[in-house]
Amino acid sequence: MSIIFKKGGILTTLQDLGRKGFRSLGVNPTGAMDETAVRLINVLLENNENEAVLEIHFPPSEILFEKDAVFALGGADFNAELNSEKIENWKIHFAERKSVLKFNRKNVGNRTYLSVKNGFRVEKILGSAGTNLAAKFGGFDGGKLQIGDRIFFNSEIQNKNSLFSASISNDLIPIYSKFPTVRIMSGAEFENLTDSSRQSFLDMDFTITQNSNRMGFRLKGEPLDTTNKKELVSSAVNFGTIQLLPDGQVIILMADHQTSGGYPRIANVISSDLPLAAQLGANDKISFHLVSIQEAENLLLDFEKNLNLLKIGVILRKTS
Amino acid sequence: MKKNNVNNFRIFPLGENALTIELADYISSEVNHRVISIANYFEENPFPGLIEMVPAYSSLTLFYNVYVVKHTFSEFPTVFETVKHLVENSLSNLTDVVSFNQRLIKIPVNFNPQSAPDLEFVTKLNGLNRKQFINIFTSRIYRVYMLGFLPGFAYMGEIDEKIAAPRKDTPRTEVTKGSVGIAGTQTGIYPLESPGGWQIIGKTNLEMFDPKAENPCILSVGDSVKFYEHHF
Repeated sequence: MSIIFKKGGILTTLQDLGRKGFRSLGVNPTGAMDETAVRLINVLLENNENEAVLEIHFPPSEILFEKDAVFALGGADFNAELNSEKIENWKIHFAERKSVLKFNRKNVGNRTYLSVKNGFRVEKILGSAGTNLAAKFGGFDGGKLQIGDRIFFNSEIQNKNSLFSASISNDLIPIYSKFPTVRIMSGAEFENLTDSSRQSFLDMDFTITQNSNRMGFRLKGEPLDTTNKKELVSSAVNFGTIQLLPDGQVIILMADHQTSGGYPRIANVISSDLPLAAQLGANDKISFHLVSIQEAENLLLDFEKNLNLLKIGVILRKTS
Repeated sequence: MKKNNVNNFRIFPLGENALTIELADYISSEVNHRVISIANYFEENPFPGLIEMVPAYSSLTLFYNVYVVKHTFSEFPTVFETVKHLVENSLSNLTDVVSFNQRLIKIPVNFNPQSAPDLEFVTKLNGLNRKQFINIFTSRIYRVYMLGFLPGFAYMGEIDEKIAAPRKDTPRTEVTKGSVGIAGTQTGIYPLESPGGWQIIGKTNLEMFDPKAENPCILSVGDSVKFYEHHF
């Protein structure tokens, strides 16, 4: 009832939808970068949405199934092969005992997700199976997976054939890009930008720098300036918060972000577009499009409605 | 004490799933006390969809499930306005600052040179000797204003101007776990090994953060803290 890592990969960690309820203690929420991908493949497998999955970066892991397993992949397309046969993302697959899962190359997107039916057996710490890399706890001993590591499943699969007809409708699947325009809401200090900086923030193409990781993406663009240089008192920040650094460059806070910060919060990437940002890697580009709160909320509510339909659909197919 | 700050706040969205109530743009224990009062209010009277709250120096941020709020309350066009309305109602119900139990936590600190690599710099900067520094530093009771930066990292204040020091120009890539630092008039303890820019003036052997413990952090917001010298 397990998988074993034949290759560890550069950064493969166990993640879920984040550690909620402990930000007030300074505990970073962590969790998957691309939450949409995780929710979709978990729902597809009839798992709990929050079930722990593997988040795999490139160069990737190579995984041996030690028992029969039903699994799904989502997120970036790493050209996966199961026993040398190409398999697709967003679909349910069956791995016979001794099957090997490899990922060959990446093109668009930098994080792929693997979920198994019924989930991996992971101890929850502070309510989450996610890995906190900075504080070294959660997930697989608080770190990344390495060669020889073994993860067990929660339970053995029964009746694999009942699963295979389920699929995710295309309009739910994010369309990743190496140069997305992501929608943002204005932040508390957006109006502090000078008129010309506000304009160039919205017009400019930013590049994701090498100095980017799960904590945040540092962007390179024309430096921005504010009219008010008063130092801010530290307060909470969020996944997707765009802060202006003292050198005029901006950073997008990502899943492993600290709970608080003191730099001007010029905008927030809206939840619906966070997956597009979350799949970016060094040298990819990004630009921003300003929307209203109402629009951001409506997009989020639409997605939730469609995800619920998917859940019902998955269940209907099973009972019919 | 600034009396007029009670009705002088702003509320802004922090993404569509969170909003921040900013009570002031400066640090004061009165404002921080009020932040905690509001947090306590919502702790006792949570609304459907409320996930968690982050009290900071002079602000409180609420995180919520947009879908649940939307389907519970329907009188406002947006979820943001709904939560904003709930907050404004609670603030008008909270005219008096609610008192709550304030704990006093005592923390042992070793000030020997191995544990305090920046103590010499800080004492020289302030024209003090080591003993004077320790006396001044340990004589005050500090307030935990907020936790952030790292799990269990408590921002405490305020230390006497006579021993204050700016952050290091170049942050250390590795600050040892348990290190007690100062930055400006703030003080804090690194609960784990981490990069950091504060001047390290001592070290505690207390486990400040243990994710597997029932209470993961020794300190919580609003606590009073007293340091004392201890050799270990």
